[in-house]
Amino acid sequence: MPIPTFSGFGLGLRKPHYADFLETDVPVDFVEVISENFMVAGGRPRHILRKVRERHPVALHGVSLSVGSAHGIDADYLVRLRALVDEVEPLFVSDHLSWSRVPGFNSHNLLPLPYTAEALEVVCANLGRAQDALGRTMLIENPSSYLAFAESEMTEWEFLKAVSDRTGCGLLLDVNNIHVSAVNHGFDPAAYVAGLPLDRVRQIHLAGHSQGETLLIDTHDKPVPPPVWALFAHVMDRVGPVAVMIERDDDIPPLGDLLEELEMARTVTSRRLAA
Amino acid sequence: MLGALQTDFSDWLTCESDDAAARFAPDAQAGLAVYQNNYRAALMACLEESFPRTAQWLGAADFHASAARAIDAAPPDSWSLDHYAATFPRSVAGQWPGNAVAGDLATLELALSEAFVGPDAVPMDADALGRIDWDRATLRAVPTARLLTLQTNAPAIWSALVSDADDPMPEPKAQPAIILIWRQEHVACFRSLDPEEAEIVALLIDGVRFAEIWKRLVLAHGEGPGIQTAGQWLGRWIADGLLHQRARG
Repeated sequence: MPIPTFSGFGLGLRKPHYADFLETDVPVDFVEVISENFMVAGGRPRHILRKVRERHPVALHGVSLSVGSAHGIDADYLVRLRALVDEVEPLFVSDHLSWSRVPGFNSHNLLPLPYTAEALEVVCANLGRAQDALGRTMLIENPSSYLAFAESEMTEWEFLKAVSDRTGCGLLLDVNNIHVSAVNHGFDPAAYVAGLPLDRVRQIHLAGHSQGETLLIDTHDKPVPPPVWALFAHVMDRVGPVAVMIERDDDIPPLGDLLEELEMARTVTSRRLAA
Repeated sequence: MLGALQTDFSDWLTCESDDAAARFAPDAQAGLAVYQNNYRAALMACLEESFPRTAQWLGAADFHASAARAIDAAPPDSWSLDHYAATFPRSVAGQWPGNAVAGDLATLELALSEAFVGPDAVPMDADALGRIDWDRATLRAVPTARLLTLQTNAPAIWSALVSDADDPMPEPKAQPAIILIWRQEHVACFRSLDPEEAEIVALLIDGVRFAEIWKRLVLAHGEGPGIQTAGQWLGRWIADGLLHQRARG
């Protein structure tokens, strides 16, 4: 089933801003939550999610599906995610093009895949199973990566396109992740964007990163930097209606700071539309 | 092929296996180090967030050393970081045999965290009392209720750490106690129970007829005091939000 389009500007819901979202009318068109934080039986997290859902459309963004695991995905995880999906009726359900687990070990880390025909088979089989279990089509997000495999037989964008072609999934484009991986691996971010099926992009993440010793690190703990804004503008010239959001995961600033960044995203978007 | 690569990668994350690293290109070392740092940082952050009072009690340096040893000894196997935190109290108790308060604090914090996100239930209110047939009623505790047996006065120390008051910290001492944990509204709570109430609360957790509670207390204390105790306990359980709305009878 194709994923309906949604055009708007949102934020990730983070603990320091719970009171803002519960007690004030935050000017966002949607809110994204980390699915796993709410895949609990009950209590305050579920209560907060229900209250936020009364005010805003909610997108569920996961980090533990492990769609690239050669040994398959966790059945218990899918059952719990389905229960959350049924309750929230989210705008989108998304996770990453990565893997986290092998039998007996879960790294809680978005680990890189070699872009091979075998990995493509694995990802498509796992994603097909997840979409069947959830009863809906998912969005898959491009990861940041710090390591490339000699075994890879295609580029990341070719791999993503093939996954989308074969499973029907939509794409969540993290513009910061494209920039980070482009710098780390020396590819042209414009070529990355050009190679994607942009008509299947439904959501965009904007975030910041840090400079490590030799690599850029996707820390999501800083404001969106100029190169990411520039790449965002490039992307917005080429995509249809999308849900755009600021994704801040660490060193969370006051809500007002993030709303200012979101206003910047609105401005960039409206300039591109006007042009 | 992909499965073997992922197993090797996992071995690198958990024990920096040279054999595992050898399968990656020589220039992959910097990237591998980032992934390993992310792996350990995520687990460390989970333990810091789940056990703030244990960290306060041990001090930051000893807590981090304990957490690092726990991460080395028992890598996570579940998709849920909550499940990972559940292994830590036993590790702390094992690492600090001469500091039994540390293990008890971690056990208490874990139980409070579990109650915080446990199943919702509508608690019985005082108005429900008039509608119940007490000869037939089965009482049941809310699903977050559980009993813990601790060997020290860790609950008093936990309260002192939370209050951040100028009051002196209680001296750690061996003081075995039975602690009731439950969630009232959105707040995880605990209190100490005497052995007699603990025995009855254990029955409440599975569901027990009120007549059985009444019978036990009358047998132990005589009719007047037994009925009085039953009434007092019932009043407190309702005030605490400990009883589930769905009493039968």
